[in-house]
Amino acid sequence: MAPDQDHLYRLRNRPFAEKLVDLGFKNITIALASVVAVVLFAILIIVFQGSLEAMGRYGLEFLVTSNWNPVDDEYGAGAAIYGTLLTSLLSLIIAVPLGVGTAIFITENIIPKSIRNLLGLMVELLAAIPSVVLGLWAIFVMEPFIRPALEFLHTAFHWLPMFSTPPMGPGTIPAVLILAVMILPIITAISRDSLNQVPGKLRQAAYGVGTTRWGAIINVILPAAVSGIVGGVMLALGRAMGETMAVTMIIGNSNNFSFSLLAPGNTIAAMLANQFGEADGSQVSSLMYAAFVLIVLTLGVNVMARWLVKRLSLKY
Amino acid sequence: MSFTSSRRTTDGLPDLSYQPRAARNVGSRVLTVVAALFSGIAVLPLVLVLGYVLIKGGSTLGLNLLTELPPPPGLEGGGIANAIVGTMVVTLVAALIAIPVGVGGGIFLAEYSRSGWFAQFIRFGTNVLSGVPSIIAGVFIYGTIVTSRVLFGNAYSALAGGMALAILMLPTVIKTTDEGLKLVPDDLRRAVLGIGASRFVMIAQITLPTAFTPIATGVVLSIARAAGETAPLIFTALFSPYWSDLVSGDGLLAPIASLSVLIYNFAIMPYEFHNQLAWSASFVLVAMILFLNLLSRWLGRFASR
Repeated sequence: MAPDQDHLYRLRNRPFAEKLVDLGFKNITIALASVVAVVLFAILIIVFQGSLEAMGRYGLEFLVTSNWNPVDDEYGAGAAIYGTLLTSLLSLIIAVPLGVGTAIFITENIIPKSIRNLLGLMVELLAAIPSVVLGLWAIFVMEPFIRPALEFLHTAFHWLPMFSTPPMGPGTIPAVLILAVMILPIITAISRDSLNQVPGKLRQAAYGVGTTRWGAIINVILPAAVSGIVGGVMLALGRAMGETMAVTMIIGNSNNFSFSLLAPGNTIAAMLANQFGEADGSQVSSLMYAAFVLIVLTLGVNVMARWLVKRLSLKY
Repeated sequence: MSFTSSRRTTDGLPDLSYQPRAARNVGSRVLTVVAALFSGIAVLPLVLVLGYVLIKGGSTLGLNLLTELPPPPGLEGGGIANAIVGTMVVTLVAALIAIPVGVGGGIFLAEYSRSGWFAQFIRFGTNVLSGVPSIIAGVFIYGTIVTSRVLFGNAYSALAGGMALAILMLPTVIKTTDEGLKLVPDDLRRAVLGIGASRFVMIAQITLPTAFTPIATGVVLSIARAAGETAPLIFTALFSPYWSDLVSGDGLLAPIASLSVLIYNFAIMPYEFHNQLAWSASFVLVAMILFLNLLSRWLGRFASR
């Protein structure tokens, strides 16, 4: 060993500056990570604080009364809360069979892989279309197209409270349909992922004992994937509750409570989008109260989704 | 040996051939057709929406659309140029906030504390934040930034709109950074630390560059999502029928136009020309977003090579 290479083999202490950079970087990432928590708590605190005045004035009655009258300063979000729950649940009823059916169709070996990939890509691209564009389409294309069908429902079934009012354009049913379009990609994507994760052994065993394709799907594959599918459906429910633009543009934004699905309705998110810009005084506080209700609903659904996924997941 | 099957071949042996008329096989075929039908219905909206946007929006695409300001209500002629610029500005502001914060947070989760209580808490918070409706982000920024006029006395501003969008981008960026860094093999980390590099050097020169593609894919997707968002902008960035003064920077502190808010405002106006502008804006917006989506897909394919 040459003496001039001696320094290469000596243990070196890290210089102070290098340690400082290392420690500083770690602390910066900690600070950046905590931004998430800060924003989350700030959202809860700001909205809660903003709604305190309305909470004090109306209490829980706010949740069930549905008069919304800025002139008399009387507020109740009953119609909007009912609309939020109704539209999101009805859209789930439409979107779940379609989404899960599509997911099965593009994960099972029914048609060539290239066509399946194309279908999957198209459903993913549907998720990329902005909701305001879907709203525009709903106003000018979808609603005029389905109007005759809605009119038929009214003339044939007007004795049912669901169809008791004549369709006037914007209404609950068009909003439900466009919501179903919006949550379909979520349900399909998550169902597809969880179906893909079912071990091949299960499928082979099912075919091995002589079942048909759908015998295997219904009795073996779907139960194995149910935790992921339920999680996806719950996430979709949360998304449907908070979805704003397309619903605002097509639901009609009426705060009059009506059982009729053909009448204009409202949701919390639509109400916020419509009124927040020009609200002042106690209307802002009431809107904040409604926003707080929406946060509680969506967070509740999301946390429940995670809990359900944990409960239902099968161990192989 | 006994067979329960009642079908026999002429030799008296059990018939194991496929029975197309057996109830279970008919049922299976019916369900296959139903599933095919469902996937047809599922892709129908995409085809219809894209078709209408292409026909109604693409038909009026011209140079004046891309260079002129929108007309006042009731008048005709003009374009959506300021909204195109505005969407880019607001999205850029959002990206400049969300990318450093999100990538930094993701680095903490993946490199410093994979399973500590704080990291678990942040992961939970990220999931919760990604479930917060987009309109709530708008309400939050309205309550903190707009009403308090904290940005040099300005209420509605492009910066406020960008912040609202950043809240929506943040969870996606954190998640993709976290997942991307986790894909980097631990052998690389041990090798780098083993030859005496510090953690900072390891992250900055080895793991982050290795995980660049998955992170970039996620970031591009989150930008595409933010560009199409409307709800957080309608009462933070508001709208403006004029050009934003971007040269001096004052435009960032004033209300700014954006394609998505333009679509919303013009779609519910009773003037046919403005409705037509909304379709044109949809065309431009959808084209921008689909381009970003294809870019992220291309990035992903680039990585798998």
